[in-house]
Amino acid sequence: MKNWPVVPTPYLLTAPALPVFVCFLLIPLAATVLLSFYSWDQYKGIVETITAKNWIEIASDGYFAEILWRTLRIAGAVTLLCLLFGVPEAYILSKMRPLWRGIFLLVVLGPLLISVVARTLGWALLLGSTGILNQAMVRWGLINTPLPFMFTELGVIVALTHVLMPYMILSVWASLQRLDPQVENAALSLGAAPATVLARVVLPQIVPGILSGAVVVFAMAASAFATPAIIGGRRLKVASTLAYDEFLNTLNWPLGATVAVILLVTLLVIILTANRVIERRYVEILK
Amino acid sequence: MENNKSFLVLEGLTKRYGTQTVVDSLDLKIAKGEFITLLGPSGCGKTTTLQMIAGFVEPCAGKIFLAGANLTDVKPNRRELGIVFQSYALFPHFTAAENVAFGLQMRGVPKDECARRVAEMLKLVGLSGLADRYPRRMSGGQQQRVALARALVIKPAVLLLDEPLSNLDAKLREEMQIELRSIQRTLGTTTLLVTHDQSEAMALSSRIVLMSEGRIEQVGQPEDVYARPASPFVASFLGKTNIFFGQVVERGGDHALLVDGELLSMAVAAPVGQVTVQVRPERIRISLDGSAGLKGSVSSRVFQGASWLYQVETAAGAAVVIASNDGSVMAPEGAQVRLSWRPADMIISNGDRT
Repeated sequence: MKNWPVVPTPYLLTAPALPVFVCFLLIPLAATVLLSFYSWDQYKGIVETITAKNWIEIASDGYFAEILWRTLRIAGAVTLLCLLFGVPEAYILSKMRPLWRGIFLLVVLGPLLISVVARTLGWALLLGSTGILNQAMVRWGLINTPLPFMFTELGVIVALTHVLMPYMILSVWASLQRLDPQVENAALSLGAAPATVLARVVLPQIVPGILSGAVVVFAMAASAFATPAIIGGRRLKVASTLAYDEFLNTLNWPLGATVAVILLVTLLVIILTANRVIERRYVEILK
Repeated sequence: MENNKSFLVLEGLTKRYGTQTVVDSLDLKIAKGEFITLLGPSGCGKTTTLQMIAGFVEPCAGKIFLAGANLTDVKPNRRELGIVFQSYALFPHFTAAENVAFGLQMRGVPKDECARRVAEMLKLVGLSGLADRYPRRMSGGQQQRVALARALVIKPAVLLLDEPLSNLDAKLREEMQIELRSIQRTLGTTTLLVTHDQSEAMALSSRIVLMSEGRIEQVGQPEDVYARPASPFVASFLGKTNIFFGQVVERGGDHALLVDGELLSMAVAAPVGQVTVQVRPERIRISLDGSAGLKGSVSSRVFQGASWLYQVETAAGAAVVIASNDGSVMAPEGAQVRLSWRPADMIISNGDRT
């Protein structure tokens, strides 16, 4: 064996993947960023001159600010709802007997096995103005006119929460699995009431799982396409559907690229900040 | 006032899982200040018994009394027991001091008194310098001490120890045994230890409860149980033992014991017939030139520092002998030897090898 300055094996083993990443991730990303600085003309199409025109347009036009703000607002609400329902659900699951746990885990994860589009259309059928729920409520006289659900923020939030809930549950579940079951008994034996055990012993230990679940859900909600496209439609645009429209309908690729880059950078900042917080506060103690 | 002899009482305590009976109608009285050990192989029900006392497992039948009060239906967080778990079960997000303080906080102990008692307790277990350290940054032995301090600081009526030393290496385990015993003596806390380690049980306890298959086999002081095991199971579980099969015959009005045709004892208190003879390895004398005793040949000899461990092949079966390293001439491997022991050092029970 020669004396290599560094062990070459890991580099050699990962080398074949490198071209894939460069070709299919880094180059397209760089191209998108570059594209956002090109200009576009109704008649000439994409003009390859470097300009900040798109960026200025997005920064100055309230229309774009509104869409971006809505995207983050929806993602935030979805994350909050997933936390509210997912964390207790994961805890309850972990306390179930193995047989029931298996069944309910399947129920929780089941939606992941169905295509997002089919699932979302299901929501539309259930909750649309001619959907089963609205029809039933009107018939029973609970409401006079169908509740608006399609093309509303509430509709998008409900459907996205359903779609993304499994990610939160899985993440919290994973950190619950790492807990020593005796720790809860130890707290009980020291005189803590069950609620105190939850708040002071269990919850602090699964915070990393909750935070990473929240990051995943937030990122996926902010960049979701199918659900806002079907339920929000043209009337309720979010960043991803806006970028899609600019690319495929208006054919203003540079503007679409700018929206995409802004979404990417915003998410990166949020995710990296959250990771920083998790690492600084918890990894030292818990891992 | 309840009798001191029955401070903690288990009455017909039973636990079944499906058709399997894990703890079978257990009766036990534990005196105040006693250090008692539930000893037995894994699956003998000792941990389940501890969990029932702690309140984590609900008994199917039977009652638990503590200082005269029925504890059976009391919630685990109201039982006022201190528990040290096998995994230590420390709160990983709390420092050592915060771990110890938890039980006091739950009792609403004022801050300054809490700080004082935590400091005292950490000092008692020798961890004063590590109060602000997190469990993950501590060694197994240090975590063990934190767990002990956390359980003791609430001044529990009874301290329950669930295999507390099994995760430590041999040297540390011995140190902790000595320390555990001295701490228990200092505080006088009634203590119940669960272990499968017989040397730990003998080193620590004032009484041993030997369990097998959910039942109590024998209760007694370690030296008594060791010297007079009630059954071959107890004898083989508590230390090593040799079992020989022999006959008791009538000879000149006395009952004589024969093993492998050799006369081993002239006057035994056993009826005539087939018998089982148990002798501890360290009670067997091994001699090169003796004329009396069981004949055998040394098949292996292992030096252990303070003693030699012999395997001797005899016509009555293989025997283990521990000979103290007292400077006398030791039989080499392959030597023809005689094994003998004092009549008082053997236990004769009726029945042959079936």
